[in-house]
Amino acid sequence: MEARDSIGAFGQRGAARPLPSLEAPSHRYGEKLIKVLLGACALLSVVTTTAIVISLLIPTIGFFTEDNIGITEFLFGTSWAPTFQPASFGVLPILVGTLSTSLWGMMFAVPIGLASAIWLSEYASPRARKVVKPVLEVLAGIPTVAIGIFGLVFLSPLIDDIFPFMVNVPPFSAGIAGLAIGLMIVPIIASISDDAMRSVPSGLREAAYGLGATKLKVATRVVFPAAISGVIASLVLAGSRAIGETMVVLLVAGASPNLTFDPGSSVLTMTAFIGQTATGDISTGSITYDTIFAVGSLLFIITLILNMFAIRMVRKYREVYE
Amino acid sequence: MASQSPTPGTERARLATAGARAVTLDSLSNQPKSDVWKGNIFLALLLLAVTLALAGLAAIIIQAAVEGAPAFSTKLLTNGPSTVNPEEAGFRPALVGTLYLILGVILLVVPLGVSAAVYLEEYADGTKWWNRTIELNVQNLAGVPSIIYGILGLAFIVRGPLDLGFILAAGSLTLALLVLPTVILASREAIRAVPPSIREGSLALGATQWQTIRRQVLPAAIPGVVTGVILAISRAIGETAPLLLVGAATFVTFNPTFLGDNGYTALPVLIFNYASRPQDEFRILAAAGVIVMLIVLLAMNAFAVWLRNRYEQQW
Repeated sequence: MEARDSIGAFGQRGAARPLPSLEAPSHRYGEKLIKVLLGACALLSVVTTTAIVISLLIPTIGFFTEDNIGITEFLFGTSWAPTFQPASFGVLPILVGTLSTSLWGMMFAVPIGLASAIWLSEYASPRARKVVKPVLEVLAGIPTVAIGIFGLVFLSPLIDDIFPFMVNVPPFSAGIAGLAIGLMIVPIIASISDDAMRSVPSGLREAAYGLGATKLKVATRVVFPAAISGVIASLVLAGSRAIGETMVVLLVAGASPNLTFDPGSSVLTMTAFIGQTATGDISTGSITYDTIFAVGSLLFIITLILNMFAIRMVRKYREVYE
Repeated sequence: MASQSPTPGTERARLATAGARAVTLDSLSNQPKSDVWKGNIFLALLLLAVTLALAGLAAIIIQAAVEGAPAFSTKLLTNGPSTVNPEEAGFRPALVGTLYLILGVILLVVPLGVSAAVYLEEYADGTKWWNRTIELNVQNLAGVPSIIYGILGLAFIVRGPLDLGFILAAGSLTLALLVLPTVILASREAIRAVPPSIREGSLALGATQWQTIRRQVLPAAIPGVVTGVILAISRAIGETAPLLLVGAATFVTFNPTFLGDNGYTALPVLIFNYASRPQDEFRILAAAGVIVMLIVLLAMNAFAVWLRNRYEQQW
């Protein structure tokens, strides 16, 4: 009743006097200017992407037109010797080199990363979690050049000692590079998958326990499938990171463009080619210069597709549970 | 969002039913003894995996410490590099170079990153296509391989439109662009964690939107923003690949300056340079350099974790 009275009183007073203006007392141009300035900073990211695309595209077009290299020769050629005479530009050996090191890395990192994630989200006590998760994040922050050196001076002799019968493991090999890359991407898989599994509502777990499920069943049959889009996103992001990794492969993978998935063989990856070639002083417009950009374009496209897919998957689990 | 066909409710129901079915089938074939065993073996495997991951981290640090110990002295900080005399060689020009690079990165990335995050969280209307484009774009940029930023730096900053040449400022700019998405994403998280009631209270008292952001939202978000910036900076310190492309690979024995065109180098690049030499002395030197770098990074990481725990606010 009181409320209605006061509304009535307000209405009467409003009728008696002219209504106060609800317009802002000033135009507040400063506020608008701030919004525009902040928006411009955000737009810088779009500018960056555009710059990346342009800087890759122009020399790549030059690579295919002025330097007269056929797209099919580039994509499906099986011999990579851009600095030799006669030069050949078949990208398959270095593409396979990239896939090989990434694949061996994933073989090591996927089981360890996923198991760590399940342990962190389902089994670890809050105290253990509070210690282990930041420590894993430290592992994610270790510079890749340090991991590369670790692979070179520690993992390489270690593998030699463990598998002495594999006589043809040279100091540089795709398998050892993969192991080092795997170590690097474990925290990515563990951290993102753990987030996804923790965002599964506890109601699902409790319902399963209520029906008599064991902890193992809850973790593997309820929580894991419920978090699958986040888990896939973590794997794809880790894969994209492995493909884009440069320093580890520069140090450990060797530099011979071999078309093989053999872990004992030395390989050249796309990133290692770019890093190795661009270090020397090369003149703008030469074929070598353009080759870097053509390989860069391919690398950019592959990682872009993987990242877009991962972003989609992350959004999916966020929308389902948050 | 027409593409999102399963609505949250049905998706949940489907998962719950699937879980329930698995559980029911299982409890019908009653084998409690083996369940206990399976559970224990599973837990043991999980613990093995976590231990392996942590052991990998420990091994990296211990290996660098053991390997680099013979070369670890103050000479590392005071002496310049040398190709002939590894006993007397150090990292001084590289340390100075990294210091300048990071200084430039901080100056660029903090204002730009925080501004972009404020715009995306406080001003941007998420239903407008251009704002969604910016958002998606930032997420994508965070996943672009660092060597691609090196290509961007080479084609756009060193040569091409900006044409700075192979100078330290170009390296700094490249690294800044590389970590900018990280800073934006972390700052957005921090700003989003400030509850709406704080903003509404401020607006109800007559503050303008910018006054609300500057006096209420940003102060409350500072710990999160600083944590994100520290993590981004520690990434920039260890980043090597893009610097190889924008000129940091030059072998210099003098302290670099910000705009000097006599070449420059950075700590991780010099470590890489030493590590790729065949002689053992240089590998030891590289390991010693790794220790220096890891000490700096671990200190920064520890500070970020401490900051996060100390100022983590429950609203």
